[in-house]
Amino acid sequence: MSKESGVKAGKGQHMLDVRGLRKVYEGHGRHVEAVRDLTFSLDAGELVCLVGPSGCGKTTLLKCIAGLLEPTSGEVLLQGDRITGPPPGMAVVFQEYGRSLFPWLRVRDNVELPLRQKKHLTKARRRELVEHALHAVGLEDAAGAYPWQLSGGMQQRVAIARAVAYEPEVLLMDEPFAAVDAQTRADLEDLIRRLWQELGVTVLFVTHDIDEAVYLGERVVILSSSPTVVQEQLTIDLPAERDQLHTRADPRFTELRTRVYEQIQAAKRATGALPLQKTDTDADTVPPAAAPGHKA
Amino acid sequence: MRRLTLRTAALRLLLAVGLPVLLASAWWFASAGSTDVYWPPLSTILETGREVWTAERIAADVVPSVTRLLLGYAGAAVLGVALGIVIGSFPRVRATTEPVLEFLRAVPPPVLVPVIMLFAGIGDTMKIVVIVSGCVWPVLLNTVEGVRAIDGVLADTARSYGIEGRARLGHLVLRSASPQIFAGLRQALSIGVILMVISEMFAASNGLGFAIVQFQRSFAIPGMWSGILLLGLLGVLLALVFQMVERRALAWYHGLRRSRRAS
Repeated sequence: MSKESGVKAGKGQHMLDVRGLRKVYEGHGRHVEAVRDLTFSLDAGELVCLVGPSGCGKTTLLKCIAGLLEPTSGEVLLQGDRITGPPPGMAVVFQEYGRSLFPWLRVRDNVELPLRQKKHLTKARRRELVEHALHAVGLEDAAGAYPWQLSGGMQQRVAIARAVAYEPEVLLMDEPFAAVDAQTRADLEDLIRRLWQELGVTVLFVTHDIDEAVYLGERVVILSSSPTVVQEQLTIDLPAERDQLHTRADPRFTELRTRVYEQIQAAKRATGALPLQKTDTDADTVPPAAAPGHKA
Repeated sequence: MRRLTLRTAALRLLLAVGLPVLLASAWWFASAGSTDVYWPPLSTILETGREVWTAERIAADVVPSVTRLLLGYAGAAVLGVALGIVIGSFPRVRATTEPVLEFLRAVPPPVLVPVIMLFAGIGDTMKIVVIVSGCVWPVLLNTVEGVRAIDGVLADTARSYGIEGRARLGHLVLRSASPQIFAGLRQALSIGVILMVISEMFAASNGLGFAIVQFQRSFAIPGMWSGILLLGLLGVLLALVFQMVERRALAWYHGLRRSRRAS
């Protein structure tokens, strides 16, 4: 899947292109410019983390990329094609795992449902994809359970399995681990690194956690406060094999984290200590206690 | 463990059956030896009931009643869910129709019987139309609420995975609204039973309501009481069947709520 698309995208074309993206929310006499002017791109097979101050319009941006929101101006291209609605080659993992899984479907059926919309897949192939995806996230035994019978971390694994089974070219993740405990979070981070390496899929990972962004990404795109622009892009030159113990103790990791932290502080200063404008979509996804920087 | 659940089950049954048994025996003893024509002893009522409600009588009166009820109820369910999904899916349609719907719901359905008789006659059609016109509102309004309350994240998830059209309707909209739809259906069931009886009291040649009125007019008071008892039993039976269906269809919902309460 992603291998051939990688070749296709390799000919002077990016896998994902965000060009001059702007999103303004209008309504109820309010005029909120959530995203001002964003331009960045992802090459095929890259794992890029987007990090920015809370309320900086990350969710808005991700929804625009996913084709769930119409940008006010600018465009998003997937393999050169302009996105006007959710494209078939893209899968999204949302932060709110409890609300993104179908509670009336068992785990297996949750993973299979999107595949049923792909008419060219045979039943046997579907089953194969589901089994493989559940195996990849270590949930073979939970296939017959309902999502609400599982822990938060396991539910997010189901959502990841669903995305993996969909065989996307691009995997979008919107703060997927913000609502799970630290231990589970570390496990899930390693799972994402492993899946990314195994599948060769392009991943755009949105987070407010600086450590997470540096640990996971090959590149970190730092966003400014709302109205959002790209503050800086940073290549993460850590070794490809990463693990929670050694990578996080690596002096280079600390260095990079400090760089990201400084950039975010600079972004905040540019518009005041606190983001003044909050979009409705972001207000409930980023609790103030989890604001970036509190760890550094 | 197993014994414990057996014991709790037995206790539950005792609690459920206890009060009805108590009330029935109170009625039995209080009415025993009564010579009042209008309040015959329960023993007389039951005896008459056994004589009156023969297999032929049940086929002639109960079966047509229940058939009309089920047809009207099913019609109201289909109509209410279908319209509810349309109205709930489009805010503008809802804004336009809501005041009218609230008014229509506020009209007590029995007053519609004479009106409906004017154009639907006095046959089965009239009775089914009456039942539909009363049962449709709770189903409709609850479906609208259910469709409106679809989780935004879940809707986004469905959209991003290309779950649209019929798949969206079946896997997202209907399932997501099903708890509210069932709440509406439950209200509609009791309204349906009431309208079944009332429509038969106005103009009919058979049916449970017709039989009860016939007994009353011919001063067959124990027969009348037995008909009322039978009607009550029918209501309980329907409610039990409904509960069984609901438990199956909403097993996920009850499980979800239990898990939320536990955490």
